[in-house]
Formats: sequence, C-alpha cells, structure tokens
Amino acid sequence: MAGKHSLFGPVDPAADAGYGEDHPPRMGFFTDTSICIGCKACEVACKEWNDVPATHFDMLGSSYDNSLSLNANQWRHVAFIEQAKPLGEQESGLRRQAVDLGMPGMAPPDGASAAHAGQDDDAGRPDFRWLMSSDVCKHCTHAACLDVCPTGSLFRTEFGTVVVQDDICNGCGYCVPACPYGVIERRKGPEGAKNVGIAQKCTLCYDRLGAGSTPACAQACPTQSIQFGDVDELRERADARLAQLHEAGTTDARLYGHDPEDGVGGAGAFFLLLDEPEVYGLPPDPVVTTKDLPHMFNRAGVAALTLLAGAALSFLGRRR
Amino acid sequence: MVPEATFTSYYGRPIVKPSPWEADIPTYLFAGGVAAGSSLIAAGADLTGRPTLRRSGRLGAVAALSVSMVALVHDLGKPSRFLNMLRVAKVTSPMSVGTWILTLYGPFAGAVAATEVVAMLPARWRVGPLRLAAVVDRPAGLLAALFAPPVAAYTAVLLADTATPSWHAAYRELPFVFVGSAAAASAGLGLVTSPVGETGPARRFAVGGAALELVMEHRMERSMGITAEPLHRGTAGRWMRAAKALTVAGAAGSLLAGRSRAVAVVSGTALLAGSVCTRFGIFEAGQESAKDPRYTVVPQRERLAAGMPVRSGPAAPRTSHPAT
Repeated sequence: MAGKHSLFGPVDPAADAGYGEDHPPRMGFFTDTSICIGCKACEVACKEWNDVPATHFDMLGSSYDNSLSLNANQWRHVAFIEQAKPLGEQESGLRRQAVDLGMPGMAPPDGASAAHAGQDDDAGRPDFRWLMSSDVCKHCTHAACLDVCPTGSLFRTEFGTVVVQDDICNGCGYCVPACPYGVIERRKGPEGAKNVGIAQKCTLCYDRLGAGSTPACAQACPTQSIQFGDVDELRERADARLAQLHEAGTTDARLYGHDPEDGVGGAGAFFLLLDEPEVYGLPPDPVVTTKDLPHMFNRAGVAALTLLAGAALSFLGRRR
Repeated sequence: MVPEATFTSYYGRPIVKPSPWEADIPTYLFAGGVAAGSSLIAAGADLTGRPTLRRSGRLGAVAALSVSMVALVHDLGKPSRFLNMLRVAKVTSPMSVGTWILTLYGPFAGAVAATEVVAMLPARWRVGPLRLAAVVDRPAGLLAALFAPPVAAYTAVLLADTATPSWHAAYRELPFVFVGSAAAASAGLGLVTSPVGETGPARRFAVGGAALELVMEHRMERSMGITAEPLHRGTAGRWMRAAKALTVAGAAGSLLAGRSRAVAVVSGTALLAGSVCTRFGIFEAGQESAKDPRYTVVPQRERLAAGMPVRSGPAAPRTSHPAT
C-alpha cells in the first residue's frame, strides 16, 4: 500500500495501511486545554476502563501533577503549570470579583509573591494563571512507533488509530525511543500486573470504538475539554474555537498537532494550547524519524560497500 | 557556533523517552561488528591461502554471532516471543530488516564454522555426510562474507531511526563509524589469533577501519550541533575518549605488528577494546540526550527560529500559529 506519502506528508492513514473505501472515518481527540479544570477524571476513567495499573504515584512538588508523565502505566496525563502571567484579555465580568483562591504558589504561603498572586491588578485582572492540559498519545498519521515495530504488534486500526496487540509484542522496546513525544513505554511493573515487559500506550479505547462508544477519558471529561469524534470535524471545531479565543483577545491560544502538513502528518489527537508546546512538555516541532529512513538506508548501503571494498583491498595488497 | 541555549521545559522533565535497552545492545553492536568483519577476513584468508587467519575468522564470527544473539534475546521484554520478529518483514523497521539480514547471514556463518571444525577432525572421522563439508566450505564462506557488510552497517540505522537526539542527528555518518569500528575490531581479533606471517591483510584492514572510524566520528560530531555535547560528557565522554585512545594506539601498533607477535597481540586487543568503547560511548550518549529535554527542544526551536519548521507542503504556517 506504499504511496508517495507513506513515510511523510498528508495521507489518510487507514487507507494507506490498506483498509478499503468503506473504512470508518478517522477518529481522534481534540483536547481544548483552555477549558481543562485539572480534575483528572480522564486519568481515572482511563485507568479504570483499560485496567492500567496505578504506579508512579508520588508527591512530586510540581503543582497538582503527581502522575509524572505519559508512560506505560499512564495513558492520560494532566499537566499543571503555574505562571505569573495574566489570564489573557477575555472579558467575562467574573474577573472583577476575582479573589485569592489559595492557589498553590511558588513561594511560602505568607511570601510576597504568593500574596500577590490571585489579587487583582489595576485593570482588575489576576496576574496569575494556571495552565492545565490532559496529554495523550497523538495517534500520528505517520507513527514512528508503528513504523519501527519489528513484530507487527503495533498496527493501524480501521479508525486510523495506532494500537499495540498485547499478544504479539515481544518487548523489543524499539518503539520507546522512536516516539517523538515520549508516549509509549515498556511496562516495568508492578509485579503481577498484566503485560509486564511489553509496550503499552493509549488505544483510543479501540474496544469502545468498535462498540460505537466514546473513549473513557472523553466520556468522563466534565467540561468537554476532551472532545472525541471524526478528525475532520474536530479540526473544524478547533479552528472555530481558536478564532473565538483570538477574537476575545486570548492571543496566546494556538493549535498543536492539527496540521496535516506537519512533521508527523498531523496528529489524530491534537490540542489547543495557551503557551508554547514545550511549556506543557511537548516537542515544539516534532518529526517522524522514518521521514529520513530512505536516506539512512542509502548511507548504510554505501558504508556496507565501503567495508566490502576495504576488505577486498586489504587482501589485494602486497602478499606477505 | 552553537548559541548558549535557553529553553523552556515542563519541570525539566524529559520529552522523548530513552530506550529501555541496557548493556545488551552496545554488546550486540560490538559483537555483530566483529562477526561481520571476521567473515570478510575469513573469506579473504581462504582465497589467499592463510589457514590460521581463515580458521580464527570463521570461528570468531560464529562465536561473536552467538554472543550477539544471546544479547539480543536477553534484551527483550518477552524473550520467549523472540520468534515473533520472523512473522513479518517490514522495510520501515530497521530491527525487522536487521533480523532478516541476520537470518540470511547466520546460517552461512554457522555452516562455514562447522566445515572448519570438520576440517580439523582426523581424516578417518570425515566419513559419510561429513565429506560434504569440503564441497560446502568455500561457497558458504563466500556467501557469509557477502551478507556480512549489512550486518555491520544496519546497526547504525537501528540507532539513528529513533527520536533519540544524539542518535538521529548522527544518521549520515554513523554507518561509516560503525563499519570502521567493525573492521578495526575484527582485524584486531585476527592479529591476536594468527601468526604474523598471515596477518598482512588484517593489519591493512585494521588501519583502514580505524582511520575510517576516527575521521567519520569527527565529521559526525561537527554535523550534530548541540546534540554532540553528550558525546563529551559524563560516562559517554569517558567511553569516547577511551575509544579514541585505544583505536589510535591499536592502529599505530598494527603498523609495527608485522615484526612481533607480542606487538600484534597488544595492538589487536587495543583495537577490540576500542570498538567496545565506541559502541558503549555512542549508546550512552544517546541515552543521555533523551533524558535531557534541552537536546529535544533546542534543535527544534533553532529550526523554527530559522523559519524552517518541518513541513511537507509549502512552508506557510497556518493562521492558527500566532506570532508570539
């Protein structure tokens, strides 16, 4: 099924993987972080539905984030970022009554900066903002994890998503360094958990999709920050939401991963962010490593011929 | 050249994940290189009538191949499912390609080692099917040599085809570094195991391999930008410095190794050790580069600052990217 854009560029991933004309539309997530309230219902719903073991829990001292990162045992991860920045220019009327919410500050509770945070400045706006974002596997159009998998365990579903087949994966671990977002990981534990030793990540609830249901995280999200649906439609929704925010003066807002021309051919799970991607722990301009694979194999081919020629020359020299 | 990079991160946490691989994988890289180079040396020695060099090459290749296979299987999260690698052939997966290269190479390397062992048996034991060994011998050795160079070269693609900053950024030169290292190490094995009267070609192969490795490693670092830093720091830095010293010393020694068996053994050992250090150094540097978000963010930011984001179409940013 290899086409011009099989390694890079805009493509329908399910069609490229060989599904026929009648395959269902590509499904994905649009995570609008501007309305995420950091409740972590997505994290919990994901663990419950997918039987993902609870590990890595630790008081990390990084705002309300105690689940560390996306990893084998964390398929949704809510990031919390505290910033001494105003909330944008949107005028809701609520700000005039803004009071100190007792947000966890970056200084002792009685410190000057903490006392200042949350209080209105002259314009009546708090000079503090709290960014929250529920991160997830991007289900890339060009998924490096899937490309490099040597067993065929990682596969493209009819919905255009990327899923690990637990009973095929032999735990080679190649997908782990291949992912440009650091999502997939080999499960290390806890002891007795299922699938220890093999690669694990979000399946976009493949089992629920097959039954016509919404993925657990999107179902549980109380603010519709996580929106699930047809990727084409989600892209339109994202563009409209972005225009709305820009019009309202929140010029920080930007979309991330929505562009089919980008380094991974567009993500099936994309985001509306309020700051640079790296602030949320996302790479600013990720690119699928297999974009360069033809070039890599060419270089290796020339190197192999160099070795062969070098060996031949060594034996052709003086005979002694 | 590289500006002092300031960058933002999420609590300093890594973005990409380091591979879950441990010492198994650099061991595998080293052993695969020794196997490949040894098969080439053995074929040359066979064609030019150097029986000891031929024998050490053939037996060395199969021994190194065994080490590499054990390391490869041991590294898996589910070793019992090793054979799942053989259920597909995928050109987009260097590991799948490598598995099939080894599947082509391994049987010939094994067969020619077996015929070598048969040739060592007393003549009266070489009866029945064992007489076939003499027929199979040279063709199997030549086929092993034909499939050997890809064994040495593909491992560079295996590392480079990842989002690990210091591996991916090295993809243009790394195959040459690895085949150079393979040549130097396998020639080193020849120097250690064979009498000086037979090792002329091995000495030339050693010097050529070491020169290729050192020159291409230098060029590689110059092309890597900020991601070359981990090659100079911490454990990786110590491996790389040791690799350079041992490889230079081994190559210099092998120029004189035609006169003294002792010099040959010392030089050969230095070349083998240098190759081990190269593999561990490059492996470690990659692991470190993945653990520090700086090596993921800064090169991407530099690309964006230069107005060259990775895009498949015309580089026109959509309206949704505000100029901030």
